[in-house]
This record gives sequence, structure tokens and C-alpha cells, in this order.
Amino acid sequence: MLPTLPRDHLLELCRRMFVIRHFEESLVPLHDKGVFAGHYHLYVGQEATGVPALACLRADDYLFTTHRNHGHLLARGAEPKRLFAEILGRVDGLNKGKGGSFHSVAPSLGFLHSSGVVAGIIPLSTGTAYAAKAQKNGRITVCLFGDGSLEEGAAPEAFNLASLLKLPLLFLCENNGKYGPGRAVAAAQSSSMAAYPLTDLPKAYKIPAQQIDGIDAGVVHATISEAVAKIRRGEGPQFVEAQTVRYPGSETNWPTVPAPTDTALAWDVGSVPEKAREWYRSADPLLVYVRELVEASQATRGEIAAIELQVRTEIAAAVEFAVNSPFPKLEEAERGFFA
Amino acid sequence: MRDLAYFEAKFEALDEIMTADERVHLINGTFLSLSPHRHVYQNLQKKFRERMIAPPISELGFCGLATGAAMAGLRPIVDLSTGSFIYEAWPQVANEAANAFSMSGGQTRVPVVFHLFHGLRGGGAAQHSGSPQAMLWNVPGLEIVIPSSPRDVKGLLKTAVASDNPTIFVDHTRLLDIRGEVPENDKPIPFGVADIKRAGGDVTLIATSYTVQVCLGAAAKLANEGIDVEVVDPRTLVPFDLATILSSVEKTHRVVIADETHQSCGVAAEIAARIAETGFDKLKTRIRRVSTLDVPVPYSPPLEAHIGPTESRIMDAVRAAVA
Repeated sequence: MLPTLPRDHLLELCRRMFVIRHFEESLVPLHDKGVFAGHYHLYVGQEATGVPALACLRADDYLFTTHRNHGHLLARGAEPKRLFAEILGRVDGLNKGKGGSFHSVAPSLGFLHSSGVVAGIIPLSTGTAYAAKAQKNGRITVCLFGDGSLEEGAAPEAFNLASLLKLPLLFLCENNGKYGPGRAVAAAQSSSMAAYPLTDLPKAYKIPAQQIDGIDAGVVHATISEAVAKIRRGEGPQFVEAQTVRYPGSETNWPTVPAPTDTALAWDVGSVPEKAREWYRSADPLLVYVRELVEASQATRGEIAAIELQVRTEIAAAVEFAVNSPFPKLEEAERGFFA
Repeated sequence: MRDLAYFEAKFEALDEIMTADERVHLINGTFLSLSPHRHVYQNLQKKFRERMIAPPISELGFCGLATGAAMAGLRPIVDLSTGSFIYEAWPQVANEAANAFSMSGGQTRVPVVFHLFHGLRGGGAAQHSGSPQAMLWNVPGLEIVIPSSPRDVKGLLKTAVASDNPTIFVDHTRLLDIRGEVPENDKPIPFGVADIKRAGGDVTLIATSYTVQVCLGAAAKLANEGIDVEVVDPRTLVPFDLATILSSVEKTHRVVIADETHQSCGVAAEIAARIAETGFDKLKTRIRRVSTLDVPVPYSPPLEAHIGPTESRIMDAVRAAVA
């Protein structure tokens, strides 16, 4: 379903989902051509979680994210050209090239630190929440992580602290392993977790927890809005597990693009290789959202295609900017690690 | 001049710091370990209850909490108590706090202090006697402070809290009852300034933490043998004041380094390497190290005493250096 929002908001969410999609799809050929070196992870398939969820926040809230951070930063309004430049290790990068894909930050948007250690941010998120509570500034913290993060001991230690101290903190666990091959083990749809459903873990620490369909932008928006309202009322931490189906391009060690996204795929996936076709037909959250916009008469196919074209142009220019941005001067390697 | 016990100077510093700056929070609180002076801490609790938390036994979790709080503008002092416990928090200290400023391209500051008691404390055995400062010295992005006197603990703690960087405050329970001069309204002690704890002309004896006190005892005895020892205390490992040490070596031409970290890749090893690299021409004899032996710390008291940088081992090394 669609979020209960005015039409211009709905279309802005659509635009941001396209920004993420085309950003990520543009990264794959850049890597394959050797334009950047490091490993990287795509947010494709989770756009309908991050985009509507982050639309529920205040401008001054804190966010922490992981190695899969591109979508979160873009959903919150980070400039694609500066994120590309960061991933390419260039001087115009968000972190001046010192962080790369796993560690991109945007303090002005609330992202102070992104960790490539899957649960590294979970204790840190209790810290910003603790500070905001002490400073009585009304800010909340949103901690965005994947299901695999729950396997590290940092997660339960942080859940315990957050619950005991009643911190203003939303744990948003994005489980991209629903039905996917990924790390599924028997009944546990994802992860190598004996605690299943995953919500059992926060519940053991008395943190209210729920599972939702992360492909459904309307459900995500309604759930996160309500959770955020509870947190702002001082009810303490909340946990939401948003389930999505793993993008077939993320099933391999290095990301691939099984089929380039195009608005037309929302109604005809015939051009998609058969192996990936079912994902595009039923589990691609962007295409689901596009269909819903049209079915609800919020936009025509042509209007959406126009939004997509504008995004494609913006992303192409952003790639151009990043590729032409210089590498940092060598002396930068030896400074900048103390304030 | 006013004379204070080390624990009194440390608590005076905490009190003054918390009174002056409401961004300072204490996360966990055994700043006096198991010493009989623990009651002093209760005075702080009465004054600053809202800025002190007693978290669960979750070193990884609460070091992360302190680090995140520092990113958001607080200046937390987090107490790990026994130094070995920092191993439980290693990912947050060495992989998150130490890297955040650099990885963010200088955008995210992490003004957190990690306080711990290192070293041989009497019956600590292998799991409660750790001196993790050498391992931490191998992690760029952390400042490391290691006081040895009442005046230093007060002045260095103030600078540690004022610093915008993650700082490891390496303390030692055997220092708590040491007495010394602490002037009223003393200024904070800047990082990276070594202190000549005893002036002398024959041998430069470099030491840190409680071992400085052991060295001062050794130096007094060696004076009776006609050996004039200069005891130099770096006070901070990061930043490190090599210049003061080199000017002492210029005078004495002889170096002994005494320290409680294990010998291999220990604090003495790094200091020896730096002197050898930049001051080799000043030396008349080889550099000697008196470190804790490379063994897990045994429990039995005579065995524990045997492996550390004892006064007799230090004296032997100094005698050998002047022989």
C-alpha cells in the first residue's frame, strides 16, 4: 500500500527510490572497470524500507548505518556526486576519501559514523541516544543494521543498555533474507541465528519488537511513524524488523545487475533474465511502489518515467563529477587522525 | 606547598572537572578499584548523580555508549576498572573510537576518556594484571596518558577530558596511596611533555606509571653507590616527547628503560627503538630494557614479583649500563 501522504510527498519518495536504484546500478560497472577498488554492498531491494522510514524523522535526529549505507545516506538527501566521490576515494568525497563505501558519513544529515563491522554501530547508537536524553534536546537515534548484526555480542549488550536506560532509540533491522538463498538455514529465514523470529532477541530485553513487510512502503511508513512517536513520548527503545527479499544482484560475492531498472519493468519483466525474473515481478520494492502509484492514480506511467529520466541524468552527471574529482594529496595519508 | 595522596588528587580533579563542565559524564565508576578509599567516590555520586551511570557488566556495550555520547557532544569518562577488561571492549575502542575522526575525514570528534588500572597489583593473576597500553600504542588515533604522581594524575586527567580525541587514561592501583606536592589551582599538564622526575648525570632511566616510583627508590639507593641516575617520565605515550629523552641521553650517554608491559613489542621496546633510530650516536653502551617477562602473570605472590620490573632488576640494569 501507499503511505498516507500528500501526492507531492509520494512522488518525492518515488524519486528518492530511483536515486538509490540508479546510483547503485551505476556503481557496478564502475567497479567492474576498476574505477574503485574496495568491496561494496548494494541497497537495491530495500528502497521501500529506507526511504519511507527515514521520511518519518526530524532533521536533527541521529542515524547510524553499516557497510550497506548508500541507500540510507541518499534517502536522507546526501548528494550522489559526493557519495560517488567517496566510494572512488576522491578528495570531493563525503569523507574526503578517508572512509570509502563502508564508512560514508554526513554529519549535517545526522550520520556521524558508519561502521563496516556489522554490529559496531549498535552500542554507539546507545551513546547518541544517551547524550540526547541528557541534553533534553528531543532528538532520537535510528540505528540501521542487517539481520547478520544480531549475531555479534555487541547487539544484545546494546539492547540491554537501551532498555535499562530507556533510551530514545529505534533499532531498524533490515532483514534482506526473506526466502532468499543468502544465509537461510531451515526454518530461520535468514542469518545463522538460533533465536528466531529475530524479534525474540530484543523482546528478551523487554524492547517492543515487530516484524513488517519491508517491501510495502505504506506499512513501513505507518509502522515507523508510530514507533518514532512512542520514542519521542519517552517510552524507550523500539525494534522493527523489516523483511525484504534479497536482490539477485547481491547473491554473489561481488554485486551484479541482473537487469537494468526501467519504469517499464513494473508492467513487463519479459526482458529480465529468467533466473532473476521472479524478483523483479514480485519482490522489487521500487517496481511495487511504481505500480501502486499508477493504480491509485497518483501518477501516470509517463510522469514516473519522467521522474526516472531526471534521476538518470542527475546520476550520470554525479558519476562524471566523481570520476573527474582528484585523489587526495599523498600527505593527507599522514594527517587528520587527531582533532 | 600542599601535599596530597594520589587518590585525593585524582578525586579533586574529577570534582573540579565535573563542576566546571556539565558535558562530563561518568560511565561506570570504580575509579579507586578495590582500595579502602572507595568511599570518596560516594561524594561525587551525591553531587553529580544525574551524570553518573552504573551500567551492566557490558564493557563492549558501555564503551560504545560512551563513544557514541562523545560523538554527540558529551565528554564521557568511562571506567573499565581492571585494565585487562578493555579486551572485552576492543572493537569499540580500537576499531570504532580510534578510527571515527580519521574515517569521517575529520568531521566526527570523539572526546571520550577510557580509564583503566593496569599492571601487577598483587594477586591479580593472568586475567587481572594486564598492561594493554603497548597494544593500544599500536592503534593510531588514540592518545595514551600514563601518570605516576599526584600532581600528574590531576593535571593529566584535566587535559584528557579537555582533549577532542579518544584518550586512554592508564592508571595503577599501587599509586593510589603515594603522597606528593599538588599546588592549589594547578594548571592542566599538556600532553607530550616528559617530566624529569629526578635529575642525574650518569644514566637516563626512563619509566612509566608505578615503575617511576620504583625507579626513584632504585635511584636513591644507587646514589649511595656513586651512580647518579636521571629518571625521565614521558607521562604520555601518545603524543610522545622524544626530545626531552634525547637531551637527557646527550648528557648521560646511557639508557635503561623500565616498564610493566611485557617485553616483546612493549612500551620499552618502542622507546628503545626510537632512541636507537634517532640518538644512536649519543650512546656509549647498548640500551637495556627492564620489562615484565614474556609470560602470563602467575598468581603466587613471589612468582608475580619475580616477573615484574623490580627494584633489584632495575638496579642491576643501571649498574651494567655504567660498568
